[in-house]
Amino acid sequence: MSQATTHAANSPHLEPGEGEAGTVREHHDHHELGFLRKWIFSVDHKVIGMQFLFSGLVFLALGGLMAMAIRYQLAWPWRPMPGLAWMFPATGGAISPEFYTMLFTMHGTIMIFFVMIPLLTGAFGNFLIPLMIGAPDMAFPRLNMFGYWAMVPAFFFILLGFFVEGGHAAGGWTSYPPLSTIEAAAPGSLTGQTCWLLGLTWVGVSSMMGAVNYVTTIVKMRAPGLTMMRLPLTIWSLMITSLLQLFALPVLTAASILQLLDRTLNTGFFTPTNLQVNNITPDSFLYGADSVGAAAGGQPLLWQHLFWFYSHPAVYILVLPAMGFTSDILAVHARKSVFGYKPMVYSLCAIAGLGFIVWGHHMFTSGMNPALGMTFMVSTVMIALPSAIKVFNWLGTLWGGRIHLRTPMLFACAFVSMFIIGGLSGIWMAATPVDIYIHDTYIVVAHFHYVVFAGSLFAIFAAVYHWFPKMFGRVMNETVGKIHFVGSFIFTNMTFYMMHQVGVAGLMRRTADPYAYDVYQHLQPINEFITISAFCMFAWQIFFVVNFFHSMFWGKRVGRNPWNAASLEWDAPSPPGHGNFDRPLEVYRGAYEFNSPEVAEDFIPQTRKL
Amino acid sequence: MNISPAALPAFDPAVDAPKPHHAIYDYDSGPPVNRGKFAIWLFLATEVMFFTGLIGTYIVLRMGAATWPDPADRLAVDITALNTFFLIVSSATMVKAVERAMLGDNSGLIKWLALTVLIGTTFVSIQAYEYAVLIEDGNLPDVDIFWSTFYAMTGFHGIHVAVGVIWNLCILIAAIFRKIPQEKYMKVELAGLYWHFVDLVWVLLFTIVYLM
Repeated sequence: MSQATTHAANSPHLEPGEGEAGTVREHHDHHELGFLRKWIFSVDHKVIGMQFLFSGLVFLALGGLMAMAIRYQLAWPWRPMPGLAWMFPATGGAISPEFYTMLFTMHGTIMIFFVMIPLLTGAFGNFLIPLMIGAPDMAFPRLNMFGYWAMVPAFFFILLGFFVEGGHAAGGWTSYPPLSTIEAAAPGSLTGQTCWLLGLTWVGVSSMMGAVNYVTTIVKMRAPGLTMMRLPLTIWSLMITSLLQLFALPVLTAASILQLLDRTLNTGFFTPTNLQVNNITPDSFLYGADSVGAAAGGQPLLWQHLFWFYSHPAVYILVLPAMGFTSDILAVHARKSVFGYKPMVYSLCAIAGLGFIVWGHHMFTSGMNPALGMTFMVSTVMIALPSAIKVFNWLGTLWGGRIHLRTPMLFACAFVSMFIIGGLSGIWMAATPVDIYIHDTYIVVAHFHYVVFAGSLFAIFAAVYHWFPKMFGRVMNETVGKIHFVGSFIFTNMTFYMMHQVGVAGLMRRTADPYAYDVYQHLQPINEFITISAFCMFAWQIFFVVNFFHSMFWGKRVGRNPWNAASLEWDAPSPPGHGNFDRPLEVYRGAYEFNSPEVAEDFIPQTRKL
Repeated sequence: MNISPAALPAFDPAVDAPKPHHAIYDYDSGPPVNRGKFAIWLFLATEVMFFTGLIGTYIVLRMGAATWPDPADRLAVDITALNTFFLIVSSATMVKAVERAMLGDNSGLIKWLALTVLIGTTFVSIQAYEYAVLIEDGNLPDVDIFWSTFYAMTGFHGIHVAVGVIWNLCILIAAIFRKIPQEKYMKVELAGLYWHFVDLVWVLLFTIVYLM
């Protein structure tokens, strides 16, 4: 551990992180930046984190509205939506089958690529990494800024798709060819799918820039004494997540570009020979009669392999940071050190490592070789081991702690309990024979919503409530926060738990009107119940929105360390200024020293020397 | 369990207010490697995975095809072999450029870097010529899967070479007009790492696409 303390005099205009490594620079806080430099073209990791946070929350509302429309159709098929006749003049406000297909495609796409990944890694990754490791900024502040800028074309293309002819992509968020590559197969395969591919490619560029920056920052810019095994688990989880992005994402980028070529240059990567769709022959698949015909000889299954090679690790990108936040929040609010810190680190690594070799469990029914399915089944079930280590260690952290049930703690506990439900259904779903029966039913929908919505999104809520004082110097209102929690928790379970029931009964995903089949007609009342619960859950978020914006300006002003937490970010002023820390740091211990008999207080900050 | 915990400590200006004038504490930890170099290796890892996706696609499609044409019948292997030799030579000139930069020999750096840019441009030009001839003969990417994969793989590599040429050109211009001092040699080395990577990928692509 080297701590160079070269005093580089007369270098006032260097931004944090831009100078030579290992220097303490003179900083003259003389110039106030203008609005544009401060909030739009900022290179400050805290502001970039906020940009990701706010755009993520806006897209969360958009994706949520789409979910509401999906639920409306499933409860009352083909009934016009009240007050929306102006949007759908052709149907008088009712959802058409094509529109329904587009809704679930874009709901999934937006929630995963424009909400969860940007919120977890973009917003909290940016905000927390330098603060929790004692750094003044990211290793490459300008690259960090470009990371958010790359999201701008992504936003543009993904929103543009809604307004092009034929509507947005409608091949499912997985975009399996030939649905996604052949115009005749789905209405959104016209220009909408091209917008989808371009949007995703830009998200990939943004994530790649972010991931390079995060890993470099964590490895190279920790404060003196902050060894890897003293890092908060949030930082560990964000680093492992970044490594997943570095190694998995480029494959999706390559695959999306190949699909883009299939659609624009008529290449044949994913178009098989002698394919017929809707009685249309290959020659006129793309762009009508003047088409020269697409090359054939490709393999649709290849896309599925390439897609899931990224998108299964992406599932862990969606949950590992949430696990990290939860570990920190549980320890702080239970006033107890994390139980089994090192197993927690190793299990993160194990989940990420195994995450690379399980993608085939999405493809048990796709025509893949069944012998291959067996290996994917075994590796998938093995992920239960590190996941169970994490769950038991969270319970061990709570056991015997002095639990303070503040709002962040409530949400973190909800994450643990609902992750158990989502995780357990994942284990038996990984068994090939079971999966063949339940594939493409609402069981799957229930499973991944328990992990991503009830799990990761609740952890994001926990993190917002927990780190809000550091972001804005004020706490969010506790009473309103608890009201938000109770309603969200109850309605979430009412919504998604019942999806298990209809799933076991065989209700299919991605069907605009399942009641066209007699066997599903008796499920309509349960679906109505789910829909009303979902509406209540969506409406309940008003408590969060009001609390968030009200507390931002008028919340109770608190000091640097309102929760009496031990990790480094609470050493900085709230909100932290330019360069984050206003005194030199020296780290002597891990991030979770609570209730030590050595001191009178119930915690020892990482920077205190005894 | 404490359902309504004690009130949070209030803001105390004496302790909690930020100190107005403070230095920026920028520490160095971890392995003794330059931050930029660390990051470029991570970036190259993503590039490896990108080309893994492309090469993997090629292998799967070729193995899955009933018949696959002999590349020698369709492609000008000899001229591309010469082009491959050029690119390998440019890696050597790049090594010399980095060495000159480490020694602080700016004129030597200019000479070797200019040579690298020249050879890189030659490579891209020959590839563009090859494309032009093929397209003239009607061998477009939509003809069959052989041409689809050929254009995708060599095309993405060509874009990477072009980016490398532009990157080296920027450093060359900086070296000519501002002089790159010895302690800033890392600028050249980072571009060099990328250049060697692009070269290495070509050796693989040439073997797989043209020779096998």
